[in-house]
Amino acid sequence: MQLELRGITKRFPGVIANDNVNLTLKTGEVLCLIGENGAGKSTLMNVLYGMYKAEEGQILLDGSPVVFTSPADAIAAGIGMVHQHFMLVPVFTVAENVVLGVEPTGRFGSLDIDKAREMVREVSDRYNLNLDPDAIIEELPVGVQQRVEIVKVLLRDAKVVVFDEPTAVLTPKEIIEFFEIVKTLIAAGRGVVFITHKLKEALNVADRIAVLRRGQVVGEVDPKSATESQIAEMMVGRPVQLIVDKKPHAPGEVVLEVKDLSIVDADGRTMVDHVSFTVRAGEVVGIAGVQGNGQTELVDALTGLRHSTRGRVELDGQDITSASPRERHSKGIAHVPEDRQRQGLVGGLSVAENLVLTRYHDEEFSNGIVMDWPAAHRVAESLITEYDIRTPSADIEASTLSGGNQQKVIVARELSRPLRLSIAAQPTRGVDVGSIEYIHSRIIKERDTGTAVLIVSTELDEVMALSDRLLVMYRGKIVADLDPKATSAMDVGLYMAGSRPASAVNA
Amino acid sequence: MKIVASLRKIAERIARTSSFRITLLAVLSAMVVGAFIIILSDIDKLQNGDIIGAIRTVGSAYWALVVGSFGSLRAISATINSATPLILCGLSVAVAFKAGLFNIGATGQMLAGGMAALWVGFAMDGPGYVQVPLAVLAGALGGAAYGAIPGILKARTGAHEVITTIMLNNMAGFMVLWLLKTNLYQRADRTDPISKLVTAPGHLPRLFGFLDNRPDLIAHAGFVVAILAVIVYWWFLNRSTTGFEFRAFGMNADAAQYAGMHTKRLTVMAMMFAGAFAGLAGSAEVLGTYGYASQNFAGNIGFDAIAIALLGRSSPVGTLFAALLFGALQAGGRQMQANTDVPIDLIVVLRALIVMFIAAPLLIKAIWRVKVAPSSTGQTFRGWGS
Repeated sequence: MQLELRGITKRFPGVIANDNVNLTLKTGEVLCLIGENGAGKSTLMNVLYGMYKAEEGQILLDGSPVVFTSPADAIAAGIGMVHQHFMLVPVFTVAENVVLGVEPTGRFGSLDIDKAREMVREVSDRYNLNLDPDAIIEELPVGVQQRVEIVKVLLRDAKVVVFDEPTAVLTPKEIIEFFEIVKTLIAAGRGVVFITHKLKEALNVADRIAVLRRGQVVGEVDPKSATESQIAEMMVGRPVQLIVDKKPHAPGEVVLEVKDLSIVDADGRTMVDHVSFTVRAGEVVGIAGVQGNGQTELVDALTGLRHSTRGRVELDGQDITSASPRERHSKGIAHVPEDRQRQGLVGGLSVAENLVLTRYHDEEFSNGIVMDWPAAHRVAESLITEYDIRTPSADIEASTLSGGNQQKVIVARELSRPLRLSIAAQPTRGVDVGSIEYIHSRIIKERDTGTAVLIVSTELDEVMALSDRLLVMYRGKIVADLDPKATSAMDVGLYMAGSRPASAVNA
Repeated sequence: MKIVASLRKIAERIARTSSFRITLLAVLSAMVVGAFIIILSDIDKLQNGDIIGAIRTVGSAYWALVVGSFGSLRAISATINSATPLILCGLSVAVAFKAGLFNIGATGQMLAGGMAALWVGFAMDGPGYVQVPLAVLAGALGGAAYGAIPGILKARTGAHEVITTIMLNNMAGFMVLWLLKTNLYQRADRTDPISKLVTAPGHLPRLFGFLDNRPDLIAHAGFVVAILAVIVYWWFLNRSTTGFEFRAFGMNADAAQYAGMHTKRLTVMAMMFAGAFAGLAGSAEVLGTYGYASQNFAGNIGFDAIAIALLGRSSPVGTLFAALLFGALQAGGRQMQANTDVPIDLIVVLRALIVMFIAAPLLIKAIWRVKVAPSSTGQTFRGWGS
């Protein structure tokens, strides 16, 4: 089967999301669609999947034009889509989820769950997916949930499977497993479209890479001969610094000291288990770990959003264990939260309002009763310029900005004041290459002015590149304290998975 | 020239705001459906095949609505009188909406505020310029105190405000009944639950009191209070620090907490503000419209207010106009019932239809073939258990 997108143009009020895009997808190969956030990748795939109707252009299936008015049409034509956010019913079993919408029925229309189990088992075996049809979705790791989505698509007989940012939610190990699955799909004669903004992954799995920028295909490259910086340049439209450029660090006095901190959550599970560490002035300490090993709870406790069960947190020798978020803020702690949509921003407020979200009560902006909005606007305008936040104006809703620009709003707000300690969780999650470069350079700049910096990230490359000292968290404990320059990514990955590298065992 | 240009700018902005267009189209849609209901209700004409006559009934009914609400000074006065408590209770629901809370308790807060205002109203005897502001203030405080209860319950225990405010409405109703039987409140010569009369200087002055021999113009200074409340609400939301906290908290409670806002305090404050507005509505009714209190002086206003806040998208101006629309329908409805055979119940149907069309922007989009923004229902409340 061959699918061709010819001259696709899709406009939204004020923007052209896709501008005369030509693209060919074939079975038996992996096409990687790479581009920054907002480049139009998802829009293009939604046009293909019948969710949007393009203003211009046509879709050709094996040479003859087709019109998809709904996802049902696309599915019937053999196109399957695995969305970034899974469409699964958490309390249902794997088999129940897979057959949802195409349920095999027995006599009198009752659900034939045995048949459903059989269907899951068959597909799972054929593609090496290793799925238990009776497992409950919410009890499964994200990587397994994704495989359930894949089975759903395969059972609907998809010839071409579109994956929208499939690795964003996966652990390093799951990513490797995912790539194996992709290879099996190709070997079985299906086609894969892989949407990503991660260069390494694209080079790793793709047979062809199409680069999108501002709604246009700016070129196709051959992964065998292309380099990361070459593709990054095509994506951003200018040369990009991919390696974090930093001077050797000069650690000063201890700023943050965490002593024997433990956190037990509402369900009685120990999320943080007797954790102790320090962060010095002018030093970046990274905490690596697979999502869900206590990093979120640790950061919440350090920023005052959650009570610790035991232990102490000290800032410059002062006990701040039970200080409120506001008190910590006024003591010079900045917090870039891990989930910008949920915590970091109020999407319905304007960019300017978000730029003062944690500082609105400062004398600069408020006398305690009345806001000084003109002052807030002046600060907002200068931050927008200084941090290169791409927004039509300071007054539009923050939710309309791209992910990278939203993150810049948060970083600008949190780093643009005198700080003692800066805590950044997942500072570049879902952020495009150009913005990552910028955010990293700001964090290093902050370190160089003598701020203590704590970075928590599940992106191994990121923590390795930024940190002067690297801690690894596993099941609530800090299992390693490493020098990132003297450690390989492979070894850190092993610590993250709860084992120890052979070199460490021997030592 | 400058004024014309800026006026045009405002008009353009309103036209571009799809929410405004939706509201207009929703009202129009409701009128169209209402017309069919009027025709169907006039079954005799329909059976005789008198289509022209049926259409004429629709015309005269809607014409009576217009005349009865804006056609004369008397009509305007009636509209203002009906709209006054609706504006204030609408603000009550709106301010809670803005903070992400769903205040079903405007009725109870109105009763509490009204009883507080009433006490000042009959216990004092002038001078008016002291007694009236004092009574109005007592109303606001009474409502605020009653609104604080669900706020504190929510902040302390997480009890959902929808449940608690509904319960508190019932409790307020029975408390009023009890109070009206006590020596403090009950009118001396009566055995039924009816309160003492507000003393003459304690009445809210009539708006058109300067016109001679027009006792039929019942609108009172409660309307001025309502307009001032709209201005205060606007200022509070857009200029005050706490108003900013309300908006941030209402749109994203997690982010508000992250930003160091005291979310529990905000919950209590939002419900107190809501109660204060509803309490003002209670005092306006007691001190202006009735001059005393009977058991049910809050009527259905607290519930209509929910529709008004929804219709006005909780914005100050939106709520004001939504309340004026509902008030006009109320006033015009009486005229319509008098002039034609169409029952006043049609007004209830029309209001329900307007709200239904507002809540279903996609329906409006399909009917009128216009483009609308997907999220046009404005500020809503958070789900259960949050």
